[in-house]
Amino acid sequence: MAAALSPNLTSAVFLVMVAGYLLGAVGSLAAASPAVTRSLTAAGALVGAAAGLGLAGMVLVVGAPFAVTVPELLSPGGGLALRLDALGAFFLLLIGVGALPAALYGVGYTRAYAGRYSLRWLGAMLNLFLLTMSLVVLADNVLTFLLMWEAMSLTSYFLVMTEHDGADTAAAGGWYLAMTHAGLALILTALVMLIPPGPGSTFAELRLTVATLSPTTRSVVFTLAVLGFGSKAGLVPLHVWLPRAHPAAPSHVSALMSGVMVKLGVYGVLRFALDLLGEGPVWWGGLLIALGAASALLGVLYALMEDDLKRLLAYSTVENVGLVFIGVGAGLLFAALDHEASAVLALAAALYHALNHTAFKSLLFLGAGAVLHATGNRNLNELGGLIQRMPWTAACFLVGALAIGGLPPLNGFVSEWLLFQSLLPAIASSAPLVPPLMTLAVGALALTAGLAAASFVKAFGIGFLALPRSAGAAAAHEAPASMRVAMTALAGLCALFGVGAVVIVPRLAEMLRGYDGLTGQPAPLAEGLSLALPGAFGGMSPPLVAMGLVLAVAGVWLAVRLGGDRRLRRGDTWGCGRIGQTARMEYTSTAYAEPLRRVFAELYRPTEDLTVDVHPESRYFVQSIAYRSEILPWFERYLYTPLLRGVDAWAARAQAIQSGSAHRYLAYLVIALLALLAITLARSG
Amino acid sequence: MLLFSKILRTGIVTEPLETGETVVTLGRQLDTRVQRLLGRALAVREVDAGSCNGCELEISGLTGPVYDSERFGIHFVASPRHADLLLVTGPVTRNMAVPLRKTWEATPDPKLVVAVGDCARTCGVFRGSYAVAGSVDTIVPVDVFVDGCPPEPADILRGLLTALDRWPRR
Amino acid sequence: MVAWAVDAVQGLVALVLAPGVVGLVRWLKARLQSRRGAPPWQPYRELRKLFAKEVVVSTNASWLFRIAPYVVFASTTAATFLVPFLAVPRPLDAVGDLLVLVYLLLLATVFLALAGLDPGSAFGGMGSSREMTVAALAEPTIALAIFALALSAGSTNLGQIVARTLADPATALSPGHLLAFAALFVVMLAENGRLPVDNPATHLELTMIHEAMVLEYSGRYLALVEWAAALKLLVFFSLLGNLFVPWGVAVALTPGALAVAAGSVVVKFVLLAVGIAVFETRVAKLRLFRVPELLSVSFVLALLAVTSSFLAR
Repeated sequence: MAAALSPNLTSAVFLVMVAGYLLGAVGSLAAASPAVTRSLTAAGALVGAAAGLGLAGMVLVVGAPFAVTVPELLSPGGGLALRLDALGAFFLLLIGVGALPAALYGVGYTRAYAGRYSLRWLGAMLNLFLLTMSLVVLADNVLTFLLMWEAMSLTSYFLVMTEHDGADTAAAGGWYLAMTHAGLALILTALVMLIPPGPGSTFAELRLTVATLSPTTRSVVFTLAVLGFGSKAGLVPLHVWLPRAHPAAPSHVSALMSGVMVKLGVYGVLRFALDLLGEGPVWWGGLLIALGAASALLGVLYALMEDDLKRLLAYSTVENVGLVFIGVGAGLLFAALDHEASAVLALAAALYHALNHTAFKSLLFLGAGAVLHATGNRNLNELGGLIQRMPWTAACFLVGALAIGGLPPLNGFVSEWLLFQSLLPAIASSAPLVPPLMTLAVGALALTAGLAAASFVKAFGIGFLALPRSAGAAAAHEAPASMRVAMTALAGLCALFGVGAVVIVPRLAEMLRGYDGLTGQPAPLAEGLSLALPGAFGGMSPPLVAMGLVLAVAGVWLAVRLGGDRRLRRGDTWGCGRIGQTARMEYTSTAYAEPLRRVFAELYRPTEDLTVDVHPESRYFVQSIAYRSEILPWFERYLYTPLLRGVDAWAARAQAIQSGSAHRYLAYLVIALLALLAITLARSG
Repeated sequence: MLLFSKILRTGIVTEPLETGETVVTLGRQLDTRVQRLLGRALAVREVDAGSCNGCELEISGLTGPVYDSERFGIHFVASPRHADLLLVTGPVTRNMAVPLRKTWEATPDPKLVVAVGDCARTCGVFRGSYAVAGSVDTIVPVDVFVDGCPPEPADILRGLLTALDRWPRR
Repeated sequence: MVAWAVDAVQGLVALVLAPGVVGLVRWLKARLQSRRGAPPWQPYRELRKLFAKEVVVSTNASWLFRIAPYVVFASTTAATFLVPFLAVPRPLDAVGDLLVLVYLLLLATVFLALAGLDPGSAFGGMGSSREMTVAALAEPTIALAIFALALSAGSTNLGQIVARTLADPATALSPGHLLAFAALFVVMLAENGRLPVDNPATHLELTMIHEAMVLEYSGRYLALVEWAAALKLLVFFSLLGNLFVPWGVAVALTPGALAVAAGSVVVKFVLLAVGIAVFETRVAKLRLFRVPELLSVSFVLALLAVTSSFLAR
């Protein structure tokens, strides 16, 4: 079957994918009217994403090989080389899962852009973004990888800047561009250190070269890769672009960036750690666990304090990426300690969580976009009452919020369960420092889970329930059909991925075979309808839990319906007999998070500013009170602001070189010339 | 541990409810089905419709160890949505007329109302004041009146049990 | 087959017993307050009355407010069915383990918190916010306490933990188990809204956590929510009783063993009820912003429990 499929069918599907995206890009640039542009954008992206899914499916399910080289293209660098192995295929699948709904959603969402922003440019960049992301996971040599990575960053930059007249968009774009290029510099260095002497630089050749490198060099490469890819993924402390860029971008682009692009950071780290670099020391895994746990905790803590719905979701992405890296780190750690079964479980849990995050984070961003589209507002303190005005969106958002909160029976719950269970065996390990590290990781994971549930209760509860807090929210309307279909599809996927874990997780475990020296027969991770952990450590059955819950709800409802009183009367909300109720009487998002703000005040260090204006004639008669409180995130206050100030200071000093005097410039030329002569003489002499 | 030795020494101080003067009058005919439903598990919401708090002090004795309304299944709740019976005091002042009515509307059916104190029945000494809207039965339908200024906790308890058709003791 | 029947029956019996356990705690507290109090079966009367009462729903409330009591009750029931009351091993062990149980209870909390926000009252918002704070801060303690138990038992499977402690009685007295018990006891008080975290009998909204969220519920909805709260207390009682002191739990499905198991479970419930009643009589309620300190203490206890369990291997 695999032989019959390869290579013609896979190549054909690959060509369809590339053609779909390219035609989508060209078509949107050339289209006549905004409606045609939107449709062509979506059509191209849908075809491309579907083909990508198909290709990934063929490689993953059937094992069909796929490799393409075009040495003529960019021959000085080694030409274009593409290969799809199991790891790449999984991430290509992830891209498809995120891209299909986002593309469909864009049809309805971008209607409001006609006349204000360039739909053509948006459509072209969207398709190119998806194409370059797909090519990143297909890349098989250094040049292709770096080229596609940079193209992906640039196209996403343009996408972020779509709404160019937004207040913070320019700053968001600037941060994003700077950080992604800083990451690129690190990745470039890491890759270049692995290039063998000679012309070729395919990944196969890199693997051979790695064997000749010293452990120190490999560790340096690993650290560079972690930092470089971590900045793309949103690992603390390199995550600062995320909460700026994601709210500024159009919502379906935010969904793609959060749901898909940050996973490519994970892909990069996995490609290096599992594939290129081979086995490494224990501290590699430990480093990732530490960074992951820090990201998870800080991400969720800042998400909790956010009132801007999209920034809340962006910080939540930082949190979930942290969780994925905890799993990856645990996997690497176990592999280094030769606990193969645990390593496979941890890595499978991490990948599964990445997949689930794509599903529910995309859903949440699309929902936030629908809210923005309908109310013109992202501020939770000004939303509310949307569950009556946008019932479908509200229901989908609720599914997303329950999923990301890790509540049964949805996918977030299963992947969190797996992450917990993958960390547990390590607490009993005999390697030094591993048990305390793992215990703290487990504590961090649990706290993150609780706080994530709290922040999404806040997001959904304040944003959608009760009375609308502003005119915009009161005037909200339901989202158009294309947006609703996209959100419903993702909501369905959340349920499906959760219940289908018994099928997905063992598949992931098998896929990991062959990487990082994990060659043994993987322990079956599923028995019948249950997930079964290695060593009979525990088990659970997602489909049975789901079924049990559904039956229980139905059973109770039926019993009460048949047995109890059925009268229901509508009345005012109980407010101690007060006359009338307005939206001012409801809890706000800031108020909701206030207890936790106090609990973690040492971390947040909120600044408070209270201004009381009194009447000029008497200081007892207060005219107005203004209260302002702000939380400046930790890393920005202590790392980035000083860093930027330092760079500014040095740049100001360096500016002295640009004196404007022609004499000085001539003097520089002469000095440079003399220095070159001296060096040449010294080298030849 | 001093606390527990004191508890053991004090023992149970609840006094049995004796027959007293009849200060309880019916406001209207009570539905036996409702009385049977609420008879053993009654949730009471207390509403102060402008009283001087004399009646409230007596009512607060009801949940104490001596009068112990809980032994009859009567307990006080925090919201009229949870309540079966409204215990109203005070000559209903103008500011409390609408809140009292709203409290009554917020209470689910079947419900009862017991008006406590002379003010609740006849506006007491505040009768005719510009601040008073009228007696309790002009705002909400009252099932039982308990007279007194203020009535003893035992009287209030007898009034509650009369509303439930559990007094006099059978 | 017999095992499934026993599982089903024990779950249903737990459903029925739960209000009685709450009634017992209330009766004991009344006696400690030198008064007669209502009999321990009073909650059953209250539930029966509530099911016959009308429901009043706010005009601002949506469908979420109306389905939340069912979801809360259903997920707490599902959690109840995962707890081993009478016998181990159980067929339901493969469906969910201790972590699944904790998350099912969290599902109930989340839906109740959402339902508190729905009518748009300030009380509901306040209760919801405080409840999520306490729940979030209790999570790490629960996870670490579970892991302390799982470390010594080699599994997070509830039946397995019980069986392992039965097979090796010395582990029940190990520091790991004792510390985990203390940590979980504090968590039980926090999660069930008992003193010193929350006063179940208060009428002052500013002192409420759990009660504030249910102020809008009436009739059958209130009955379901109250019953679910009683069930949650029963689940915690069973965890504290059967996981840490598993003697009496039947290993074989014979009528004799099951009868002994039933009796021992009742004894454990009564002892725990006495413990709670005495504890609640002794302590005063903590200020809301002192509750995180209490939960940090329980976290440290759980951390020590894990360390002891690890060192004892």
